[in-house]
Order: sequence, then structure tokens, then C-alpha cells
Amino acid sequence: MTELCRQLEKKFEVTGLKEHTPKRIYMEVPRRQISDVAKFLFQEHALRFCIATATDTRRGFEILYHFGEDKTGIIYSIRVFVPKDDPRIASLAPSLPAANWIEREIHELLGVDFDGHPNLEPLLTAEDWPRDRYPLRRGE
Amino acid sequence: MKRVVPIGPYHPLQEEPEFFKLQVEGEKVVGLEINIGYNHRGHEYISPTLTWDQAIFLVERICGICSNSHPFAYVCAVEDLAKIRVPERAEYIRTIVDELQRIHSHFLWVGLAGHFMGYNTVWMWFWKYREHLLDLLELITGNRNHYAMMKIGGVRRDIREEDIPAIEKTLNLLEEKTALFTRAVLDDPVIRARLEGVGILTTQDAIAYGVLGPTARGSGVAIDVRKDDPIAAYSWIPWDMIVFDDCDLFAKAKVRLLECLESVKMIRACLERMSPGDILADVHEIPPGEGIGRVEAPRGEVFHYVRSDGSNMPVRHKVRAPSYMNVASNVAAVKGCTIADAVLVLASVDPCYCCTERIMVMQDGKQMGDGEYLIKLSQKTTETLKTRYGDPESKLRGLM
Amino acid sequence: MRFELRLRCTPVSHTEGVREKRYRYENALTTSILEEIMNAKLWALKKSPWVFHVCSASCNNCDIEILDALTPKYDLERFGILLVGSPRHADALLVTGILNRKAKERVLRVYEQTAKPCLVIGIGTCACDPNIFRNSYNLAGPYDKHLPVHVYVPGCPPKPEAIIMGVAKALGQL
Repeated sequence: MTELCRQLEKKFEVTGLKEHTPKRIYMEVPRRQISDVAKFLFQEHALRFCIATATDTRRGFEILYHFGEDKTGIIYSIRVFVPKDDPRIASLAPSLPAANWIEREIHELLGVDFDGHPNLEPLLTAEDWPRDRYPLRRGE
Repeated sequence: MKRVVPIGPYHPLQEEPEFFKLQVEGEKVVGLEINIGYNHRGHEYISPTLTWDQAIFLVERICGICSNSHPFAYVCAVEDLAKIRVPERAEYIRTIVDELQRIHSHFLWVGLAGHFMGYNTVWMWFWKYREHLLDLLELITGNRNHYAMMKIGGVRRDIREEDIPAIEKTLNLLEEKTALFTRAVLDDPVIRARLEGVGILTTQDAIAYGVLGPTARGSGVAIDVRKDDPIAAYSWIPWDMIVFDDCDLFAKAKVRLLECLESVKMIRACLERMSPGDILADVHEIPPGEGIGRVEAPRGEVFHYVRSDGSNMPVRHKVRAPSYMNVASNVAAVKGCTIADAVLVLASVDPCYCCTERIMVMQDGKQMGDGEYLIKLSQKTTETLKTRYGDPESKLRGLM
Repeated sequence: MRFELRLRCTPVSHTEGVREKRYRYENALTTSILEEIMNAKLWALKKSPWVFHVCSASCNNCDIEILDALTPKYDLERFGILLVGSPRHADALLVTGILNRKAKERVLRVYEQTAKPCLVIGIGTCACDPNIFRNSYNLAGPYDKHLPVHVYVPGCPPKPEAIIMGVAKALGQL
């Protein structure tokens, strides 16, 4: 349990904190807190945003935001669940340009809306790809 | 008057042949629009349909130049998930193959950058010596590219004792020629005039866009997965990270050239320390869980995330290549450059290839230029500088 | 030879979506002057084919091996083969990669712009058949669904020697 984990637990509603190995830490936060967590990690602790992974699970759309702490080599993965009947979440792109492209990709491949994203245009799929077909959703 | 110069999409790049729309006013670039997707094949969709071992072959074909980095990161992710210990000899062999790949990739970049500046001697020269490297890789792994060396728990082939003299001979040759040519290239006034002060990506922008690899290290951001989160033999051998604060294209070129020399030292150190032993751990099943693996490819950090439910196939496999972050930063780096320099700036993130094979210059809806217009613009700028500083190509040819 | 050439210029039966008006010149082929020009072009093509390289959704390895073929060890230029920057100057198209949906329209446009007769050479296993990418949602290929491919050079990636042999075999067919 690192110092940063303790600070996160104090400031936010962190559940499921798991240290899989000394350099891989996973935790879950509610979706309304993700912008604040990202600001806290990027601006106050200078963690680098590596990427976000989005998966279609039974509990909802799970988005894992991976932040890397370069001086120790630890990756903090923040898990957020987005319900399938209301797939929206706040965008990190306005304060974190590094998250711009991945949010566009998750939007077009999984169908999650990012509120506040400056340009939620499709990134990878062809122009004639039907916009209601999401390749990474199970059952499509 | 604003013009739009579309570049692309026909040029193979690391992840995608990219379509850049440069917005120019007069000679200066004021904006950039990036349109990608010409190379999207849906790896994340296909991975869950393959077994753990089959996915290595799929993942190798994400990129041909960083062909070893992607399977390396993937097997590290699976080993992180299942907490598998890899034998020591396998770690050394993985490091050797990865560093050989790094040298070949940097040579490739320097050659292409030379071509775009008009120095075809540099191109032919670096690619000629790259052939020695590819022959060496064929000797060790069986193929010039797409080595298929990584397996979950180790490596597929061993390095034989009788091959080591050939490896050392090639390394000596490469080191001598790289050192010689690096000095010639870096001291050349025309190349300095083309690259110094061009394509500035400030440290602040570099951090905001999350850039990686030599693009970051040329902008003063000292990150390198081999130092920060070392895997394989990187923490067992002595080596230095190359960082420059100048933030321009010259800094990036210096980082790449000096990294080649560093890599040669690392390979020698691995060969010295390697002792006989197993090259593959016994792996029976992958338990449920999630794992992250990352590796320093020639372009930056390659990030793989895998999730398992205990079955024979991954449930989710996320791949993030370094160019994903680096290319997005072009928007900041290209502002204020001239069109002739735009070629070099877009190539400086080393997106496996440069995106200028097929471009059109449009003014008022009519096509003005064709084919190699942008490259010729860049080469013409170099010619103008040569008249000021004298022709260094004859000097370079004299070195051969 | 001339009839074969006419067939190669009008691959309308193989190609989907290529507009037919581009191939109307086949009616003009009955004039002997045009036939003479075509023969001269064919002779020039065989002697010194200029190639344009089209990549769509490839991993770039085949593309690097094509560029490698220009370097001193293999040196394609001694055969008169030049890599050109525009399809309008090209005699042969080297196509690599699987064809993906976004690039399909552009590749067809490049094919239309290439002066006929032109050879299409598929470099690499991906250009021959999508194999590991066959289940992808973004697949529009293989190339021979949309373009007539004259020679296939398999390999992942094919060595530059194989690429040179592929081009030579294609020229030998003419």
C-alpha cells in the first residue's frame, strides 16, 4: 500500500483496492468522481496518463484508466463502471489532451458518451460504418 | 490567405497511413487536422477469438518495425497476470533481440529522414549497414523481420555458442560505422540548419500529450520504461538514458543516434553475462485475473493489458502503441513551421514511415502540385543551404 | 498479345464500383495508331517499369522490404525499376496489406488514376489472402475482390529477392 493509495482512499470513495504486484495497483471509484481523481493524479502528483481500456462486462461498461508513475514504475489502474442503460461519463480531454483520442475510440467502438469532449468524431472506423454498430460490444 | 495542404493517406506509417491536413497561411503552418483509420484492422476484436499462444503471432503483425516489442509486451502482460518467472537466459536473449531491433529501427528512421532532407547518401548508407543487422537477426531468430521469438514464459530459440563470434563481429562493425557517421551527420552545418530550432515541442506540451520515447526524451522528459519499470535484463546491465532539453528535431535525431551506440554496449554486456540454462518456463494454465505489460519500443512505451477468466483465450486485450500518443502531439509541434519543414516534423515522431508519399496542394479548389511536391520542397531547402555552407555530401562520400 | 492487352485494360468484369466510362477507350482501339502507342508503352514497361506503392492496413514490413529492394544490397534501380511518387507515372502497382474499409475507396481511386496498362503485384501474404485478419469487422479485401491482381508474392514479409522475382515474373508474362 503506497502513500498515494492512502491519499486516494482518504479523498475519494475508493473500493476494491488491490495490489496485484508491487508495481500494479487496481482500484474502483464511482463514475462521478473520475474527473477529480484524474486531476488529482495528473496535476498534483504528475502521473502520466498511459491509456484507458474499455470492456463490455455484465456489470456494465468498465473503463480502466491507467496512470503511470514514472519515478517508481507503478501503474495505478482506476476502474469505473458505466451502466449500459445510461452510457455517459465525464470526459478527461479538456484537462488532459492525452486522453483525447482514446475517448473518441471508446465512443465509436463501445458506444460510451463522453460529456465535455471537444470533438467526439469517429477516429478509426470508416465513414460508411453504421454508427449504431459497436464492434467491441458483446453480442453485436 | 489560408490554404489547406492535405498530406496522405498513402504512406505506410506505424499504426496507420495518416491523412494530415495542414492549414497554412503564406509559408507558415497554423493548424493541423489528423485523420487516421486507414490501417485499422481490429486487433482487439480478433484477440479474444485466439488462444494465448496464437495471439502472439497476431500481435507481432501490429507493426513490422517494432515487430518484437508488441509480443514482448504481450507476454510480459500475461506473465504479470499469472506471476510466471522467466528463466534468466531467456531474459538476456529477450534483451538482445529487443536491442537489435532498436538499432535497426533507428537506422531506418535516420535513413528516411536523410532522404526527406535530400541526403540520399545518408539513406543508402544507413540502410546498407542495416542489412548486416538483418542478417544477424536472421541468424539468431530465423527471419529478417517478424522474429516470433517470444513465448509465454521464455523465448522460442536459443543463441548458439558458435554464433557469438559472428554477432560480435557485426557489432564491432556497426559501432565503428555508427560512431563515424554520427559525428559526420551531427557536425554538418546544413543538417543543423535544417533541424535546429524546427518543430519545437515544449516540455509542457510533451507532458500534456503524454508523448513517449525519443520524442519525449528530445523534449527534456526523462522517461524510459527500461529504467522506470525494468523487465528482462535491463536492470542487470549498465546503460545510460539519453535525454536532451532542446525540444527540436535535432535533439530527437541526437537521441536516436546515440541510443544506437548505447544499444551496442547493452548487447555486449548481455552476451558477457549470459550463462547456460533453460530458455522456457513450464506454463500450464493462465488463472483468472488481469495483467499489464510494457516495453520500450524504438518509438516509446508499448502498453498491453490482458484479462483472463481462466479459459484458454483472453477475454480482453488492449494494445496501445507509442505512436498513438506521439502522432497526436504533432498538432502542437508543427505550428509555426514552414511547409518544407512540415515533412520533417511529421516524420520526427518516427511513425514507422513518413506520410508524404501521396500529397496534393490545392489552391482555390484546383490542384497545383503532384506526387513528391512536399519532399521536393524539403530537398530544395537543403540545396539552398548547401550553397551557403558548401556541399557536405562529397565529404560524406569521402568517409565511405 | 494485343488482344491480351485489351483484356487487361478492361477488367470491368472483375472490378466492383469502377466507373465504366473510364474504359470506353476500348472502342477506339480499333484504330491502328492507338495500337502502335500501346505496343510502344508495353515495350517501355518491360524495359523499365516504374512502380507505385500502395499500402492499405499493412504492418509496414512488406513496405520496408520494398524500400529495402532499392538499397545497395539489392538495388532495383539497375533493372530500371523506379519508385515513383504518383500513380499517374506508374506502370505497376505494388499493393500490400489487407484492404480495409476506409482505404478501399482511396485504393480504387489510385487504381483508376494509374495509366493503363498497369500491372498489379500483391506483395506479402496479407495481399494474397487476409488469413489471420479474416474475422475483422474492418476488412474489405482481399485485393482481388476489387482489382485484378496479376502476380502474388507470398511471404511475411517476402524477402527483397522474392519481390524482385515477382516483378520479373510479372514482366515475363507480358
